[in-house]
Amino acid sequence: MCGIVGLFLKDKALEPQLGAMLSQMLISLSDRGPDSAGIAIYGAPSKNEAKITIQSAKPERDFRGLEAELARAIGTPVTIAVKSTHAVVRTTPAKIDEARETIQALRPDIRIMGAGDVVEIYKEVGLPEAVVDRFDVRKMTGTHGIGHTRMATESAVTTMGAHPFSTGADQCLVHNGSLSNHNNVRRELIREGMTFETENDTEVAAAYLSSQMAHGKNLGEALEGTLSDLDGFFTFVVGTKNGFGVVRDPIACKPAVMAETDQYVAFGSEYRALTKLPGIDNARVWEPEPATVYFWEH
Amino acid sequence: MPAINLSKMTAHDPRVFDLDQLSLRELNQALHNLAPGSNETAWEVLHPKGSHSVAVGVDQPVAIDVRGSVGYYCGGMNSGSTITVHGSAGPGVGENMMSGSITIKGDASQYAGATGRGGLLVIEGNASSRCGISMKGIDIVVHGNIGHMSAFMAQSGNLVVLGDAGDALGDSIYEARLFVRGKVDSLGADCIAKEMRTEHLELLQGLLDRAGVTGVNPSEFKRYGSARTLYNFNIDNADAY
Repeated sequence: MCGIVGLFLKDKALEPQLGAMLSQMLISLSDRGPDSAGIAIYGAPSKNEAKITIQSAKPERDFRGLEAELARAIGTPVTIAVKSTHAVVRTTPAKIDEARETIQALRPDIRIMGAGDVVEIYKEVGLPEAVVDRFDVRKMTGTHGIGHTRMATESAVTTMGAHPFSTGADQCLVHNGSLSNHNNVRRELIREGMTFETENDTEVAAAYLSSQMAHGKNLGEALEGTLSDLDGFFTFVVGTKNGFGVVRDPIACKPAVMAETDQYVAFGSEYRALTKLPGIDNARVWEPEPATVYFWEH
Repeated sequence: MPAINLSKMTAHDPRVFDLDQLSLRELNQALHNLAPGSNETAWEVLHPKGSHSVAVGVDQPVAIDVRGSVGYYCGGMNSGSTITVHGSAGPGVGENMMSGSITIKGDASQYAGATGRGGLLVIEGNASSRCGISMKGIDIVVHGNIGHMSAFMAQSGNLVVLGDAGDALGDSIYEARLFVRGKVDSLGADCIAKEMRTEHLELLQGLLDRAGVTGVNPSEFKRYGSARTLYNFNIDNADAY
């Protein structure tokens, strides 16, 4: 089943509440998927730093001393903010790729959740409320975000199998459904040079979009491509550094409701997820059409 | 909306149910506890907030007004009650309805009226995909448009659409009657346009009247139904399997 949510703010006054709003939306869909949950939040950009969200099953061991070791190895100041099993590594944008490689060399058990100028990604096994509490998501501020609560079908219930999946800088995707041609598409993308962390079908969809955008397509064009190149059931909600998109497969079995006001665009697997948003009673509420791409950019 | 006296809202006097205060299970149990001939014939449900299964399985002729939007399966298996949703409905509204009526003032999501065996489902907005899938005797009147694959394998009953229909209308249809006033994106396998005879105009007028539709003439509709070519196996198609 799975439950997915997304929130793209138009009104800056709501930005301090993004984490709280998105958390509440996701928790309301807990019974659509009890296996694992995750949230990606797009925060305020900073010229001088980029971020990597990392995860470890043994955070006490892996995160201890990493800040100093990493700074020494890449010759640039680094800060690491630990949140439970995750940590956000900040350094200069020019050093971000080197930092990523060095982290993996220094601490082979650390997994990269995502990287970019603004995105932070938190995901774990467990119910949405537990995941939101563990990472203090309610206090996070930002411009837009997406979330997922998972009922696993295509691969194991693990942290790495949880959504969102991020396969490119500041790009991430959540998925309700299951893909049937993901092995083929994965092989083609590996031939192109993409790398994969899991056997999960959704990671393939995320990598497909990253590949399309790396070839110069915009978010809307990349989403359009999923309709011909991905086979299976899907409702995707996608975040990029400044954008937010939604697409459903042509059969459109997987539920979706959207709401738009002057203050925000919101997505939920069900209307339940939207009922506490400000001004929802006067929002334009609609079901996104099958095989139709919707996207917004700041 | 009139002011509600919260002090009167106990499980023993539940004509007004505020789902902010009471659980969905308490609402449905109270409805199921209704004895034949009960005087509690008017019910109001507040703050449904997209809840699933609101007023499912009601089997007494009571009127239930739901003030807000509901989630999955509202009014499912309804038998004799009159449900009005003053909002929109999620997937499967009126699924397997037996009798009575359900009116949705807003839009309805996927498979509205699926497998319905009787009664009347009125959607004053649009319905999305698979409206009336496998309908078995229900009458459905949609003021707006319907999505793709509507009336898939529809067996009996009537589907009336004042707006347009999406792709593959009536795919693999049996004996249900489909009346569409606007355009149809495409017809599904074995579904064809049919002649509108006097008896169909009369039937349609009756359906429009029951659904409270005025100012619309039955002659504005086209009728669609089964070509009946899939009823028996055709040996010439053996290679297709």
